[in-house]
Amino acid sequence: MDTFLWIVRVGAIILLIWGVAGTVVQGLSGQGPTGEAWRDLVVAGIAQGAMYGLIALGYSMVYGVLGFINFAHGEVFMSGGMVGFFVANYLWEVRLWETNFVLAILLVLLSSILTSTLVAVIVERIAYRPLRASPRLIPLITSIGISFFLQYTFAGLFGVAVKNYPPPPDSLRSRVSLLGLEIEGSKLLVIVVAVATMVGLYLFVEKTRTGRSIRAVAEDKEIAALMGIDVNRTIVATFAVGGAMAGVAGTLWALLFRGVSFITGFLPGIKAFTAAVLGGIGNLPGAMAGGVLLGLFEGVGPQLVLAGFGIPGVSQLKDVVAFTALVLVLIFKPTGLFGERLSAEDRA
Amino acid sequence: MASSRPVLEFRNVHTHYGPVHILKDVSLSIYEGQIVCLLGGNASGKTTTLKTVLGMVVPTAGEVLIEGEVVNGWRTAQIVARGVSMVPENRRLFKRMTVRENLEIGAYLRKDDTSADYERILDMFPRLKERLGQRAGTLSGGEQQMVAVGRALMARPRVLLMDEPSMGLAPVLVAQNFDIIRQINEAGTTVFVVEQNANMALSIADYGYVLQTGKIVLADTAPNLLANPEMRQAYLGEVG
Repeated sequence: MDTFLWIVRVGAIILLIWGVAGTVVQGLSGQGPTGEAWRDLVVAGIAQGAMYGLIALGYSMVYGVLGFINFAHGEVFMSGGMVGFFVANYLWEVRLWETNFVLAILLVLLSSILTSTLVAVIVERIAYRPLRASPRLIPLITSIGISFFLQYTFAGLFGVAVKNYPPPPDSLRSRVSLLGLEIEGSKLLVIVVAVATMVGLYLFVEKTRTGRSIRAVAEDKEIAALMGIDVNRTIVATFAVGGAMAGVAGTLWALLFRGVSFITGFLPGIKAFTAAVLGGIGNLPGAMAGGVLLGLFEGVGPQLVLAGFGIPGVSQLKDVVAFTALVLVLIFKPTGLFGERLSAEDRA
Repeated sequence: MASSRPVLEFRNVHTHYGPVHILKDVSLSIYEGQIVCLLGGNASGKTTTLKTVLGMVVPTAGEVLIEGEVVNGWRTAQIVARGVSMVPENRRLFKRMTVRENLEIGAYLRKDDTSADYERILDMFPRLKERLGQRAGTLSGGEQQMVAVGRALMARPRVLLMDEPSMGLAPVLVAQNFDIIRQINEAGTTVFVVEQNANMALSIADYGYVLQTGKIVLADTAPNLLANPEMRQAYLGEVG
């Protein structure tokens, strides 16, 4: 059928095998990274991927109920991280950050969640609801506009400089031993918080009344309304929950990288969108898994595949690997790794 | 059979879609315990009539009453809470949800105990008992119809609306469907059926209305309509 696509597929597989083989050869001759270095790459990848997964949930949920990609979601994430910074900075000044880090980080987390939730809900109300009846392309383009609007609003309000969260306590910077693995404390915390949040979200969507109405609205708005479900309120709830997830991710970002700026939402936003597509958009466990996978591709991929070609400075190329992974998934399995059917089909 | 006050009533209802006059002076009454059918071809206004009952279309003149109370301008959720539920055309189940969830979501607005209705529905459709944990999309057409009816009954409606129950179904399933309607009516639910298949609908109905380009052109008991020569020629497929 499509010879070109076939050549691309085969070529991609050959390049992948070639790269991995090259890396293995290097490793056997004792040139590659050590076992510990590999382990650190994996852990860092999972931690970052878990954060992508949390953001990806927002993309996937909104796509589920409204059928468009909310490209402003990266900025929803950034707004949480940004406001969290000011709270963290204040707590550092009043010394609570050092004396009671657990309480301090909980307050930061709370402020971040509240901000992101609020921003997401306001954006829905002002920018998307009036466009509910328009073709899907219209809110999509609007979301790109909102994305820039939020970026430059934050730049205008707080300046363009990168703002660094106060340093985490030593306990988080040192390594913790877990099941015989030595893991950096902050990364372990990120993974634990992300997993707990995802489990919480899953239970919320599957077991609660609001969760059920979200699923009903995602499948069929007209029939959901016929059951007596308030569709508008359910859509607001969807944005709120997606925003809350992004808020959690904002704090996790701070734990991983410390620095936030008005542009912080851009790349993680696009990556999380990639993760959502990777896992099959509209599918929540898929978004979580897609995030972790993307983090792993990004963490391990450059070393594993690109280093085999003898490319120098491969860790600079992690974005290339991440987006190549997206392209490959779309070539091999357009509905995403865990996508059932594209939900547009159900929607018809 | 008929009590003095209709469960659902239209009094001289007019609706417009933009400048287009859809329903023209429609009056109808559905009494407790009855099966009433509304017959008509494409674009006769059948769907608009249902949407008007459910508050999705607001009459430009006239009144819609549920148990004597005017419900013009009410939101759909309020009307559902007041005791109207619908089995939509083509079933429209939540395919990704389990059968149990589909039934439970039918009682979304109810705050009282729904377990008795749940049991009653499972007694009525014993085949669903083994399917409760299964996704609704994986069921056969007949089973899906049972879930769609069960979902509507979970709201414990005062009147159940059925939108084109014979549409797009194999003849065996159509017959099965009308059996289900008769069955739930015998169990005490008032039913309002909107249908193109006049023969089938009149065979189970107590009373029928015929809608033509937004006007009620005939209204009579089902046996009389079946015997009406005009009706036989126009709707029952007999060549005069």
